[in-house]
Amino acid sequence: MGGTDAKDILGLPKTPLSLTQEKRSRPQKESHRKPDGISREVYALTGGVAPLMPSIDVAHLKRRPPADEKVAWQWLPFTSSARKDDLQLYHWARVVNNVPPTGDYSFAKYNKSVDILKYTDEEYENHLTDPVWTKEETDQLFEFCQNFDLRFVVIADRFPVSRTVEELKDRYYSVTRALLRARAQSPADVANHPLMKEPYDITRDRERKRALSVVLSQSRHQEKKDVQILAEAKRITEMRLAARRAEEPDVSANENAGLDKADGIVSGRSISPSSNSQLPATAVAPSTLTMADYASTLASLRMLHVYLRTYGLEQMVQAASSAVGLRTIKRVEQTLQDLGVNLKPKVPTKTVCDEHLELRKEILTLLNLQKQLQYKESEGSSHREGLYAAMPDTPKDRVFASDPFSFGAERPIKKEQKRKGPGRQADTPSPAHKRPRKMKASDL
Amino acid sequence: MTNSSSSSKKQAQDQPETSEPTLKSLKAKMTKSDEKKKLKDIEISVPIVYGNVAFWLGKKASEYQSHKWAVYVRGATNEDISVVVKKVVFQLHSSFNNPTRVVEEPPFEVSESGWGEFEIAMTLHFHSDVCDKPLSLYHHLKLYPEDESGPLTMKKPVVVESYDEIVFPDPSESFLARVQNHPALTFPRLPSGYNLPAPMQVDDTGKKKRGDTKDHSLGQWFMSFSEADELLQLAAARQQVQAHIAKLRRQISLLEGQNQTIKTGTDL
Repeated sequence: MGGTDAKDILGLPKTPLSLTQEKRSRPQKESHRKPDGISREVYALTGGVAPLMPSIDVAHLKRRPPADEKVAWQWLPFTSSARKDDLQLYHWARVVNNVPPTGDYSFAKYNKSVDILKYTDEEYENHLTDPVWTKEETDQLFEFCQNFDLRFVVIADRFPVSRTVEELKDRYYSVTRALLRARAQSPADVANHPLMKEPYDITRDRERKRALSVVLSQSRHQEKKDVQILAEAKRITEMRLAARRAEEPDVSANENAGLDKADGIVSGRSISPSSNSQLPATAVAPSTLTMADYASTLASLRMLHVYLRTYGLEQMVQAASSAVGLRTIKRVEQTLQDLGVNLKPKVPTKTVCDEHLELRKEILTLLNLQKQLQYKESEGSSHREGLYAAMPDTPKDRVFASDPFSFGAERPIKKEQKRKGPGRQADTPSPAHKRPRKMKASDL
Repeated sequence: MTNSSSSSKKQAQDQPETSEPTLKSLKAKMTKSDEKKKLKDIEISVPIVYGNVAFWLGKKASEYQSHKWAVYVRGATNEDISVVVKKVVFQLHSSFNNPTRVVEEPPFEVSESGWGEFEIAMTLHFHSDVCDKPLSLYHHLKLYPEDESGPLTMKKPVVVESYDEIVFPDPSESFLARVQNHPALTFPRLPSGYNLPAPMQVDDTGKKKRGDTKDHSLGQWFMSFSEADELLQLAAARQQVQAHIAKLRRQISLLEGQNQTIKTGTDL
């Protein structure tokens, strides 16, 4: 095959894996023989896989009617048990040996209906009165239920008094339940009735529908956040399980030590968003959750009984990056490179790996803080628009000076911005437009 | 050789000579785990180096045997790792005779001659009291130097080595007892008051073959790995980042103050 020749030329190993893969595919194909009696194309319509239950009795397909029968088709009248009137209908019927077909109309068995209980006026007076519902309304409701087979959406549409679907359902089911209870000889008889076992709960139904509509109307952004939060919640529960297995004191010790080491993570948590911006909240949340990730990662490493330290570091780095997006991860790596640090330590001793991890965490904190700063700025500038002229200049200059996130290049830029002075506010694009200007690390 | 104790968090926590409460809690921990015969928060790590050395055969090179190479796993400071490693299985390219080479005695290496570069899997099997799960290392055999244009020389080999550490997160007592004071690994600091049984007397070292690679024939080409440079790098980086963080924090709190004044509409 051409593939292996090419590999030969390039000097790549012809992995033995490829051979075994080829062998594996062949036996699979052989088991895909089609069953007899059906043509290949028809079988392929089912997806080429045999159905779980043999739905077609293959023998029937090629059977011919016995030769001694005389078959004729006649236009005959018929009756159906499903019809309550006496309308006379006709259809073609298969007559065998002059004997017309017997039995009920074959489709009559599909005429199912719901058993709607009918109450007498007496019963109504005794058990079924309700402050909100009049007798006429209840009667009408039951008539509709009978006619429309409990299709409450249709009933709600046609109901003269406007009522919600939930209200109608509630009334119907509570009336039926009260009736059943009243008519039953003893409570035990009726306790097994499905309506009694699982009573209709109107508040739950309302809540369920509301939740459904919320989920349906979620924007994609919210959906992503929900998925993230769910994943983190799952990790927390896993961590809790792992921690219980690995003895609580150790896990909390790990967490505390990790906190002490990192310079700002603890205080980073306490920077709570004062305004309505959501992003600082997500900046805070990941740091609390990654502590849980570390503990669970450590626990899972212990389970391995032996591992390479580089592998262990990789896992911890993944745990640290679990709550952040790909862009942030790339930014962290870019920052590491800018700082002259190897992305994977060349000499991964324990201290080196610990330091490396702490550095990554600190960079994450740094990036979070930058995000926060941007948000604060955008808030501030929207407020400041009107008050611009009166504002003193120094805070703004210092704020914008932090944008060029490159180590070593800060001094000259600071001076330049200071030189421009207060007039700069008008010239500088609003924070929303800063993006095209600064492509690197500062924008998130 | 790295002399890191079990974990830095432990350093922060316990001062065995002085503080009573930590000693008690450690003892309490140990009685719980004594049944399992394993200790918490103690890990043994074995620093290793693995890689290859490849010599170009020059005049004697043929089309299919252009290089003579050796792939190996050794202790990072050339100490004998057979105290931990029972055998190493090298999986070579399928074009070699007997591509699965099992080496049961140190030095754990395979020498061959060939022309191609490929990935070699080295599976380390440990002694039964150490760990019953094997660990795999992967190394891409390198024959040709990075600088493609330079002339090939027979004198200097191409050497590619990687440093890593095998970590045993919860070693058994028997393992600990057997290996205490062995130079090939970093032994953790045990909680004080914890006494290991004395190691069983093994064969006389004189009679047994030396398993270290200190006098290895290729030893002159082995690289040395020092964590000092990396630590310096990391410390400097962390300092920079921390300074930046502090600055940003100041700016943020300043801005918050400003925004407050704007919101309350104080006259400037």
